[in-house]
Amino acid sequence: MFAPDIKFTRFVLFANGLVPAALLAWDAYQRKLGANPIEFATRATGVLALVFLFVTLAVTPLRKLTGANWVVKLRRQVGLYAFFYACLHLLTYVWFDKFFGAREIVEDVWARPFITVGMASFLLLVPLAATSTSGMIKRLGGKRWAKLHKLTYVAAVGGVIHFYMGVKADTTIPLLFAVVLALLLGYRWVRSRMDATPKSETLGIQTPPR
Amino acid sequence: MLIKKPDDIKSSEITDKKLYLTRRNFMRGVALAATTAATGLTYRRFAVPAPPPVKGEKIEGVQAAEQATSFPPPPGEARTSYEEITNYNNFYEFSTGKSEVAGKARGFVTRPWAVAVEGMVGKPRVFDLDDLLKLAPLEERVYRMRCVERWSMVIPWVGFPLAKLLSEVEPLGAAKYVAFQTLLDPKQMPNQRSDVLEWPYVEGLRLDEALHPLTILASGLYGETLPPQNGAPLRLVVPWKYGYKGIKSIVKITLTDKRPPTTWNIAAPGEYGFYSNVNPKVHHPRWSQAKERRIGEFGMRDTLPFNGYGEQVAQLYAGMDLRVNF
Repeated sequence: MFAPDIKFTRFVLFANGLVPAALLAWDAYQRKLGANPIEFATRATGVLALVFLFVTLAVTPLRKLTGANWVVKLRRQVGLYAFFYACLHLLTYVWFDKFFGAREIVEDVWARPFITVGMASFLLLVPLAATSTSGMIKRLGGKRWAKLHKLTYVAAVGGVIHFYMGVKADTTIPLLFAVVLALLLGYRWVRSRMDATPKSETLGIQTPPR
Repeated sequence: MLIKKPDDIKSSEITDKKLYLTRRNFMRGVALAATTAATGLTYRRFAVPAPPPVKGEKIEGVQAAEQATSFPPPPGEARTSYEEITNYNNFYEFSTGKSEVAGKARGFVTRPWAVAVEGMVGKPRVFDLDDLLKLAPLEERVYRMRCVERWSMVIPWVGFPLAKLLSEVEPLGAAKYVAFQTLLDPKQMPNQRSDVLEWPYVEGLRLDEALHPLTILASGLYGETLPPQNGAPLRLVVPWKYGYKGIKSIVKITLTDKRPPTTWNIAAPGEYGFYSNVNPKVHHPRWSQAKERRIGEFGMRDTLPFNGYGEQVAQLYAGMDLRVNF
């Protein structure tokens, strides 16, 4: 079984995760983000957060379908990148859109479902990032930790709904994200159904008549 | 226990450890460079830089507008740059990506162009565009443009009052509204094949709004013919209303006694009303309309009622509840 040098692979992943942020910062510095750079940065970081979140959700199917068990060792890092981009996304809103105006932010969260859903999805990621260390996994115990981290599914669904609600008319891209998410979550559902079914039935073995 | 050395590999063929490490480091470098380059290129595919703007033709004989009908930009309200005005467009017939419209609209054919003015009028007529543009002297009108997406610009339009065109066709006394229609031509406007909105795009004004001296038909900006992405060859500009009321590439104007349907109102009636006057106090389900970002600026500005044209237009809505009639 192929198993790469995990330390080096983690480093490659670390570098790759920084590439979009670096290019975004570079384009901003070069004033190449178009007429509305802040809108662009908000959109880009939001999409990136979802992309990284989807990659974490792709780890389990990938592992089970290919047998490449080592990919699970990279998941935490991808998840933290999802959180990193979600933080940047929230920051563009809190800083460059609301200029830290607490009242306006509260009003938005309260009265605008688009913002409510986005904020809730972000808040769900906070405990996940906080419990991502090996120490926290030990303290929580594997089972409880795994249960808590099922919140990823909720955050991903919320993130896609937030994306969908944020566009005026052209829902093509948010719907594309919804389809991908449905596949990622659908895989788990099918798998759990298959696991729940007694083996004898699935194999079509019948008890011989006596 | 004895470990037997295989005989088939001669010691001379065993790679030197130093060379092995050099090779390994080289391969690692390649892996790092290749993956980051691929990630970078993937990012670039989705973050497409805006194409350089195409200049229009110079329009001769543009007059400065009278004081009363232009808004002399006060200090701190500089004109938005030509590059930004022509590379950040909501024109869904071409694309729903604001920075993609300019590229997709390149080569849009605007001559010959006919504009039919019909309905409840004494003298219905189909104008050739070049005749229509000779109905009145072309003026430069510097207006604020406020998009419902909370960004705004200051645009030096070239155009003339819609009232001049309407007086040519002599509206009947029973006419109460003016309906507008954009060209329907999916060959030239590729996104009309999608169903993001109902095509053709339609808009409407109350007759008194249409006759207001601030309401213009524009055929140019910055003293040059209007580029396709900004609504060539002829568009409506109603500066106290949200930008989507300014229908582009107009082919038909109809006077009617019934309130005409409007595209964004059909798409989302709870968000976009018939009037669509800029109003910071009307609740919008997605964005607060209290503030706006002027393109080219970092901070947010307070949005003004009627986009700052309240003195000129507020009386049109005297006695109306503008939160109901939004």
